[in-house]
Amino acid sequence: MSEDEALKTFRRDIADWIEQHYPSELRQTPGADGSDPQQTKTSEQNWLQIMAEQGLLAPTWPKEYGGAGFSVDQARVLAQEQRRAKVRAIPISAGLSLLGPVLLEHGTPEQKQQHLPGIANGAVFWCQGYSEPGSGSDLASLSTRAELVGDDFIVNGQKIWTSHADDADWMFCLVRTDPNASKHEGISFLLIDMATPGISVSPIRLISGPSAFCQTFFDDVRVGKANLMGQLGQGWTLAKQLLQHERQALGSIGRGDARRALTLPELAALEIGTNAQGHIADVTIRNEVAQCELDSLALRTTMSRSADQARAGQNSAHIASMLKLYGSELTNRRHELMMSIRGTDGVGWDGPGYSPAAMRTTRQWLRAKGNSIEGGTNEIQRNVIAKRVLGLPD
Amino acid sequence: MPLVLSEEQTLLKNSAREFVKATFPVDQVRQFRDSQPGDQDKALRYSRDHWQKMAELGWAGIIFPEQYGGLGLGYAELGVVLEELGHSLAAQPFLSAVLLAGNTILLGGNEAQKQAWLPAICAGEKILALAFQETGRFSPWQVSTKAESVSNGFSISGEKRFVLDGFGADQLIVLARTSGSIGDDHGLTLFLVAPETPGLTVTSLQVLDSRNAAIIEFDNMVVSADQVISEVGKASEVLTMVFDRATAGLNAELLGTLSEAFARTLEYLKTREQFGALIGTFQALKHRAADMFCEQEHAISMTMQALRAIDNNQPDASLLISAAKARTSDAANLIGRESIQMFGGIGMTDEEDIGLYMKRARVAEMTLGDSNYHRERFAQLSGF
Ligand SMILES: Cc1cc2nc3c(=O)[nH]c(=O)nc-3n(C[C@H](O)[C@H](O)[C@H](O)COP(=O)(O)OP(=O)(O)OC[C@H]3O[C@@H](n4cnc5c(N)ncnc54)[C@H](O)[C@@H]3O)c2cc1C
Repeated sequence: MSEDEALKTFRRDIADWIEQHYPSELRQTPGADGSDPQQTKTSEQNWLQIMAEQGLLAPTWPKEYGGAGFSVDQARVLAQEQRRAKVRAIPISAGLSLLGPVLLEHGTPEQKQQHLPGIANGAVFWCQGYSEPGSGSDLASLSTRAELVGDDFIVNGQKIWTSHADDADWMFCLVRTDPNASKHEGISFLLIDMATPGISVSPIRLISGPSAFCQTFFDDVRVGKANLMGQLGQGWTLAKQLLQHERQALGSIGRGDARRALTLPELAALEIGTNAQGHIADVTIRNEVAQCELDSLALRTTMSRSADQARAGQNSAHIASMLKLYGSELTNRRHELMMSIRGTDGVGWDGPGYSPAAMRTTRQWLRAKGNSIEGGTNEIQRNVIAKRVLGLPD
Repeated sequence: MPLVLSEEQTLLKNSAREFVKATFPVDQVRQFRDSQPGDQDKALRYSRDHWQKMAELGWAGIIFPEQYGGLGLGYAELGVVLEELGHSLAAQPFLSAVLLAGNTILLGGNEAQKQAWLPAICAGEKILALAFQETGRFSPWQVSTKAESVSNGFSISGEKRFVLDGFGADQLIVLARTSGSIGDDHGLTLFLVAPETPGLTVTSLQVLDSRNAAIIEFDNMVVSADQVISEVGKASEVLTMVFDRATAGLNAELLGTLSEAFARTLEYLKTREQFGALIGTFQALKHRAADMFCEQEHAISMTMQALRAIDNNQPDASLLISAAKARTSDAANLIGRESIQMFGGIGMTDEEDIGLYMKRARVAEMTLGDSNYHRERFAQLSGF
């Protein structure tokens, strides 16, 4: 069988598998039929579990680590078939999307064995301990200290904006192991069990309401030496690599996937109505909707081009910054437009008088503001593009 | 088809780049603009010799089947060549003779018409122009030029504007209304017409990009029934396909032009000093350059996708082509504006090339529909 033939058969098998296993409750557009989000959530969890059993949450990881052992081509076919069947995208998680790929490349065999299967089957939840109160954009100035005493690191300090720290099982964390080395050299990358004594977490309320946002405090926390990933003092290199994965993942939100309750044109048609030709009745809004849809198409196309470039062995390393920058601005524009479409029906915060779907949109509009801040602000992404891609001088 | 160049396409790109660099220095734009009466090429605003050479390389026939003297390659390959031409602002009758007129004959012509014209187009011997447009904004069915039945065929009266390479063309294809009213997509008919036909007048235009365009008037011009291309009243079916293909090609040329303008602007940011520092160190400029980069990258992706959609016969090809033209036009507009601003005063001078890039980009942006036109078409084809 030629390679193409094999891939065709593979595509058919995947399509069949999705057809057989994708829960029928998820096939309807949520919100459009007024379905209870709680029930949707449960079926979504079930679906993720079914995927996890086949290793499909981490399709390219080796089977021994809980992946599906797919080639890059096969993973692409899987993604295409999922899109085609309008299967909801897997939520971005710190373990799967951020840590996993770096752990695969740099973890010791023991670390991989210990952590990857739990990430791949969705059982173990991770959070990202990068930012500190004094170190945001200038991340490398971080000061959380880890001192090697015998076989343990003793960690002291504070992390902030740690999403999901309150229900995470583990944290990957940047710490300063050598205060005398230069800014970028004295940093190490630690894997920390959140159940370790001395760690305390307190939630932060956001403009979008209660959230997964936390502050995390370390008070003489003992972390075994075996939990150091990469070399001592070489954490910055891993940290940057991980950020590439984060930016890619954040950028991909911008292309607009099948998770959204209604597509933008559907929402506009529903709220504003259509004219005799079936067009969105308000021409200005219709034009803005068209622009957003066009830009999503452009983003998707550039994403597949960068995958094609990677496959062809062409360097597209810093494309992640561009995708993050563009994707998060597009997400923001889309949410602004959704607010405009609903008008004052979209400014409800809680209680009666506003539809749950409208209130969800409003909270999402607020949460989307974070997209252009998290993972390195968009100003930082522009700096990276100017320097690394365009070669502009410092 | 992946959105990267194959090995053969990369070879084609490299040889096109070499040829274009050697043949089309940017300063030619000024030479064509400042033309003196009597110099044939200068009046034409492109060089027949250069076109001949490109035909010898096979490029004039790149998309036409081998049986008509073409190379039988695809739009992906055509796009590679056009993009390189766009880098040098090379004036050549690709859009008019190959993409518009050539495609009209290929897609609408009968066998005798194809035999008569396609090999001559591929060989670079004949330049044809398509006279369709009557309005400033692209709106192809707004046709009031009338073709009325007379005993020996049709009598045509009316006026066409902005006929690309219409001055000095060896043959014209004229769109006229045989029935229906202005704006209808039915009742339109195409005619092959020799420029010497009595009743036909050509007036050469001086356009911003120094290229060849003309107003063509018809005053009771009589043509015979065998000069009709395709069927009477059915022109829009053919032209819809022609405009799609031509737009995808023009888009590739525009991509080359905007990429070059951006590259030259970056170069300037790395060489011009003020306040004792290179201006490229200023964050206000860096960040705008990063945004221009994003726009350029999307224009590349969308352009490649549109060209491949034609080669793959995709059902959504029209949508992807309109999406590409809208995005590429907007990218070109942004880069055009920003490049002049970043060059400062020197950018306003005729001596500096960057202004030539903005002028050509602005014309190409509006040719065959600007981003407003194509965004509207994208919305319609998307069903909202
Ligand atoms: C929703 C959300 C989730 C997050 N999740 C996590 C998480 O799980 N783990 C984690 O570690 N962190 C997380 N973060 C933190 C995030 O990475 C930081 O907020 C971000 O890096 C910016 O740092 P800062 O907030 O300190 O802003 P600052 O760095 O103080 O920036 C303030 C402003 O100054 C601008 N600025 C700063 N430096 C420059 C410069 N050199 N040039 C131009 N402008 C500049 C910034 O762009 C910004 O507009 C999250 C943030 C958000 C919003």
